[in-house]
Amino acid sequence: MSERSKADAPLLEVKKLRRFFPIRKGLLRRVVGQVRAVDDVSFHIKRGETLSLVGESGCGKTTTARCILRALKPTAGQVLFQTAAGDVVDTAALPKRALQPFRHQMQMIFQDPFSSLNPRMTVFDIIAEPLLASGVKSREQRRRRVEELLELARLRPEFMGRYPHAFSGGQRQRIGIARALALNPSLIVADEPVSALDVSVQAQILNLMLDLQDELGLTYLFVAHDLSVVKHISDRVAVMYVGKIVEIAETKHLFNAPQHPYTEALLSAVPKPDPRLRAERIALKGEVADAAQPPTGCYFHPRCAYAIDRCRTEAPQLEETQPGHFVSCHRAKEIELTGVEAPGIGKPS
Amino acid sequence: MTEAKPPAFEDALVASAAEERVSVATQWQLMWWRFRKHRLAMISALVIAAFYLVAIFADFLAYADPHKTEAFRSLIAPQPIHFFDEGRFSPHVFALIGKRDPRTFKRVYEPDPERKIPLRFFAEGYKYKFLGLIKTNRHLIGVEGGAAEELIFLLGTDQLGRDLWSRLMIACRLSLTIGLAGVTLSLVLGVLLGGISGLYGGAIDTLIQRVIEILRSIPTIPLWMGLAAAMPRDWGVVQVYFAITVILSLIGWTDLARVVRGRFLALREEDFVLAAELAGVGQMRIIFRHMVPSFLSHIIAATTLALPNMIISETALSFLGLGLRPPAVSWGVLLQDAQNIQTVAISPWLLTAAIPVVAVILAFNFLGDGLRDAADPYG
Repeated sequence: MSERSKADAPLLEVKKLRRFFPIRKGLLRRVVGQVRAVDDVSFHIKRGETLSLVGESGCGKTTTARCILRALKPTAGQVLFQTAAGDVVDTAALPKRALQPFRHQMQMIFQDPFSSLNPRMTVFDIIAEPLLASGVKSREQRRRRVEELLELARLRPEFMGRYPHAFSGGQRQRIGIARALALNPSLIVADEPVSALDVSVQAQILNLMLDLQDELGLTYLFVAHDLSVVKHISDRVAVMYVGKIVEIAETKHLFNAPQHPYTEALLSAVPKPDPRLRAERIALKGEVADAAQPPTGCYFHPRCAYAIDRCRTEAPQLEETQPGHFVSCHRAKEIELTGVEAPGIGKPS
Repeated sequence: MTEAKPPAFEDALVASAAEERVSVATQWQLMWWRFRKHRLAMISALVIAAFYLVAIFADFLAYADPHKTEAFRSLIAPQPIHFFDEGRFSPHVFALIGKRDPRTFKRVYEPDPERKIPLRFFAEGYKYKFLGLIKTNRHLIGVEGGAAEELIFLLGTDQLGRDLWSRLMIACRLSLTIGLAGVTLSLVLGVLLGGISGLYGGAIDTLIQRVIEILRSIPTIPLWMGLAAAMPRDWGVVQVYFAITVILSLIGWTDLARVVRGRFLALREEDFVLAAELAGVGQMRIIFRHMVPSFLSHIIAATTLALPNMIISETALSFLGLGLRPPAVSWGVLLQDAQNIQTVAISPWLLTAAIPVVAVILAFNFLGDGLRDAADPYG
């Protein structure tokens, strides 16, 4: 990747990440196949940047996120993370115990604000738990830090004695954000953090995340399927299809001039305010390919309107077509695809 | 999407005092509030508490030595207590006169209204050790200057002339407690093995699950009969029974183990557990702070529902002659005396031992229901 040559190494670099889930059958639980949930995924995130990972359900975005956090052990590949001390560690290769010193530098915001908070613990206990685990012994210190964090998440510190059931979905998500920030992480992996919330609350949470990024210099890996959300928050976007990244580019480029037919189809599905434009929606034929038995050649070819014979036999590689724009399609340079005209794309200043 | 910056604080609902009370209530408070609403379960809890109090104070509540036989007092019918004597509160019973029926030659007893026997509270009677420690001879009721067992027969007597009320009290003790050790052992084994199975998974899990399947296929009644025959000859009946319940608990833990394993498997996938893991929280703390509290209440409910099972199996097995046998005194043993048509036709009071069995089983089931409903206040 081009950024490798630069002086500032990326905060996170994922190289050829793979995670296969074995399919077991029978009494002896023999492995009869593999679900290739994440197959050869590579990307990087610069410090202070937001990279979005988008795709349909089951395309492997969440698995990728969990592999990066080492909630799942990758089958193969490297996850190079630049620690606060400045050195680069491969978290995919380290045993779990050796991972402990770096764990708190990557934290996660969860999709479901209900199941991600233990209903049997008070807000204080929930947010203070990472502090306790990292050895903050004094309760007074923990209380002060929790107050600080709640204020950061725009919640009233008085409510720290309450249990999660006393809060709404949006408020719970703020509690989850406060917990993720407790140990001053540099990377936040947000796994669809707003998809379970009302639209009005979504905007509030997204704006909070953007504010926090400015205040604390956070780096986000943002997993989502909602492209209007992605457009709002990300610097760059990676599109995944059946365990592979098919296109990765700056948000503006990707939305204005997609180069992969799948990206084009996804973009056309974004609800548009102008009803006259709705007719242009591209309906993909067929079903998402099965990650246990992917098609030959390009995984997308059975559903692709532009597919040629070569697509059926030969798998395309991710290639740089323009600076910073990578596409995995044989016909990227030949075909003309439509994006969405969206003025003011990108992050609000 | 972009709009005015939200206010400094997400304005949380300004809660009323009552709402605030719920907001900060712990799991156990929420459970208690919900349980309290379950009237039947509350009453049942009191009934069960009363039963166990009876078990503790059994000797005090009895007035006649439960083992003392007397042929002249065989099969006396229950004798009512008269509380008032000529307008004054003075509990008494009428003395009984034993006669022989000239036609059937059966011994019958008739009350003699002329001879009133006043009842005394905290009277002296047969000697016993309270809780096996304190030697005493005080009983709740008795008679002045005479042997209570010769004069009072609140629930009548059995074939051998033993006082039924006193035997019923003493039986509480054995029936309500003999299975507790077995239930406890099952509980410990179930939680431990189920926990290991669910937590570690893999080969250990498979092994434990296969063992459970094998254990579940063993029929218990033949095993019970075999064990009853295999126990050392010089053991007492109670010892033998106790040993069998303990041995059977070694195969009785499987249900609970499956439940616990399932809970662990489900909880392992919970987001809040992953969040704790990512925060670097130790495994022990995750298990005991995050996982165990969320199924502890279920275990309590499951145990409450296992207790009546132990009582009913004691009664049933003793009734069949497989469980406790005389001279042990238990509800099942008392019911053994009521096994023939003669009893039902002529001395139905021998069936009274069935009443506490039904009452305590119902109470346990209602209590278990109430606990189960209250167990998951977040569901």
